[in-house]
Amino acid sequence: MSGLMTVVSLSYLVSAACYVIGLHMMRTPKTARNGNRLSSVGMFLAVIMTFIVALVKHQASAMGWILLIVALVIGVGYGVYKARTVKMTDMPQLVSLFNAVGGGAAAAIGTFDYLSKPNGASLAFAFSFPVILDLVIGSVTFSGSLIATGKLSGHVSGKPISFPGAKLLNGLVVLLILGSIVLTVGFPTNVWTLVLAIVASLVFGILMTIPIGGADMPVVVSLLNAFTGLAVAMAGFVIDNQVLIIAGALVGAAGTILTLQMAAAMNRSVANIIAGGFGTGDSGGTATDDVPVNVKETSADDIGVQLAYAKNVMIIPGYGLAAAQAQHEVAELAKLLTDNGINVNYAIHPVAGRMPGHMNVLLAEVNVPYDQMKQLEEANSMFENTDVSLVIGANDVTNPAARKPNTAISGMPILDVDKSKSVVVIKRSMSTGYAGIQNELFSDDQTSMFFSDAKKGLQDIIAATKEYLDQ
Amino acid sequence: MSQELYTNLAIFVLSLLVGFEVISKIPATLHTPMMSGANAIHGVVVVGSILVALEADSPLFYVIAFIAAVLGAVNVAGGYVVTDRMLEMFSKPKEKQDDTKGGEH
Repeated sequence: MSGLMTVVSLSYLVSAACYVIGLHMMRTPKTARNGNRLSSVGMFLAVIMTFIVALVKHQASAMGWILLIVALVIGVGYGVYKARTVKMTDMPQLVSLFNAVGGGAAAAIGTFDYLSKPNGASLAFAFSFPVILDLVIGSVTFSGSLIATGKLSGHVSGKPISFPGAKLLNGLVVLLILGSIVLTVGFPTNVWTLVLAIVASLVFGILMTIPIGGADMPVVVSLLNAFTGLAVAMAGFVIDNQVLIIAGALVGAAGTILTLQMAAAMNRSVANIIAGGFGTGDSGGTATDDVPVNVKETSADDIGVQLAYAKNVMIIPGYGLAAAQAQHEVAELAKLLTDNGINVNYAIHPVAGRMPGHMNVLLAEVNVPYDQMKQLEEANSMFENTDVSLVIGANDVTNPAARKPNTAISGMPILDVDKSKSVVVIKRSMSTGYAGIQNELFSDDQTSMFFSDAKKGLQDIIAATKEYLDQ
Repeated sequence: MSQELYTNLAIFVLSLLVGFEVISKIPATLHTPMMSGANAIHGVVVVGSILVALEADSPLFYVIAFIAAVLGAVNVAGGYVVTDRMLEMFSKPKEKQDDTKGGEH
């Protein structure tokens, strides 16, 4: 190693260490921000060192430099603009968009390196295998994440989309991808092999994401995150750059862990979720829609009384809260109660919302203290002493049917909301959740329903509660 | 197997294991910022983009390199900024509480 390359390699090692330590610091809210900053310092170092290498090597044309600088300025400008302006409720689609661009960049690097080999050259396995994996995973992630972004932002229907022959088409596309892998590894370079790999992978990314419904999004976003990491690691193999390998592997591990945790929180396998729909593969919904259930309707006034005289209140947020952008109202209500000596906590199911930890981010936005956000197990130990449980826009994750066999959600870990003394559900209508089954919690004796948009309903409840607290 | 491939493979596998170990200790509350932070880390792909961009010497390669650089830059810059924005919110309530306590006493 020359003197310069030694310095550069050691700097890459330092940046890799920064990523690991930075991620490690994300285990507490107190150190998390500095952790992310440490990781960004490592990233800055890696980029600067790369520029130094490029300057010293003098291999680039003026055109190359100009295009690179312009590209970086455009990319950084757009990225920072999106990051600064995104609403917290729209975070899932932004994370998904960053997955897409990361995967796309990795695939572009693979394409570049493959094409830069002379046509008809035979490739060493150490190059051909990573390069095709990079292309395939990167392209799948690119198109899949864009579809996921579209679904999350409402540009593409959030409902599971399936069509006749979908399975056949999927199988065919997978065969084409496998074929392109064999062609790349076993035969000399050929542009058409590359085109086949990219097109088949892009199509597969779309086919994979399109049948997946809204409530399964936390799993999909995590999985695509893992894919991006792997694609980047493969790009590292292709251009023999260790910092890409390390960073890619770290992200691959992170995404894998989240994917498995999310799937476990729904008691479903990842394969089942990717296959689309719920349970048997049928998206359900019609079988039980017409079953009459005895539900009690209540008013903001009555909820106000209940809350004003409660000691312990638990708030159960779900996607409906994010959809109605009602996080500020929730915080206002909670503050009103805590100021009057009432204990307020939040019970957060792992898959509430559209990405892992989605609800926590919304609550953090409105300054809810970290220690009031209770995860599944801790929350479940608290419901027996809870006077009023306020369910806002959550459904399937509170359904006691999960404890019984042979329902669409059997075995799924749920929040034991039904154990609290009184339950108030704020919901727009009696429509079923994603699993397509009626929620037995709604017809329980201690449950009353308040049919309203989360934002409007909470405003009414706040007004009513104030009156009773003032008395 | 070449020495180079073996070394890279070893780095890959060990990094995966380190990743599993570090990530599994992160509480669910911080999963979104962690994921977003991991997102920013795979923005390191911009380093690869820069390296290939400087080898480009024909229109086709310029185009591919340009795409790689734009995408990588969006990833790395946006990823870090948005993660920082989120984590700022997570540290905010703590400070506020401390402030009010300071005021009361």
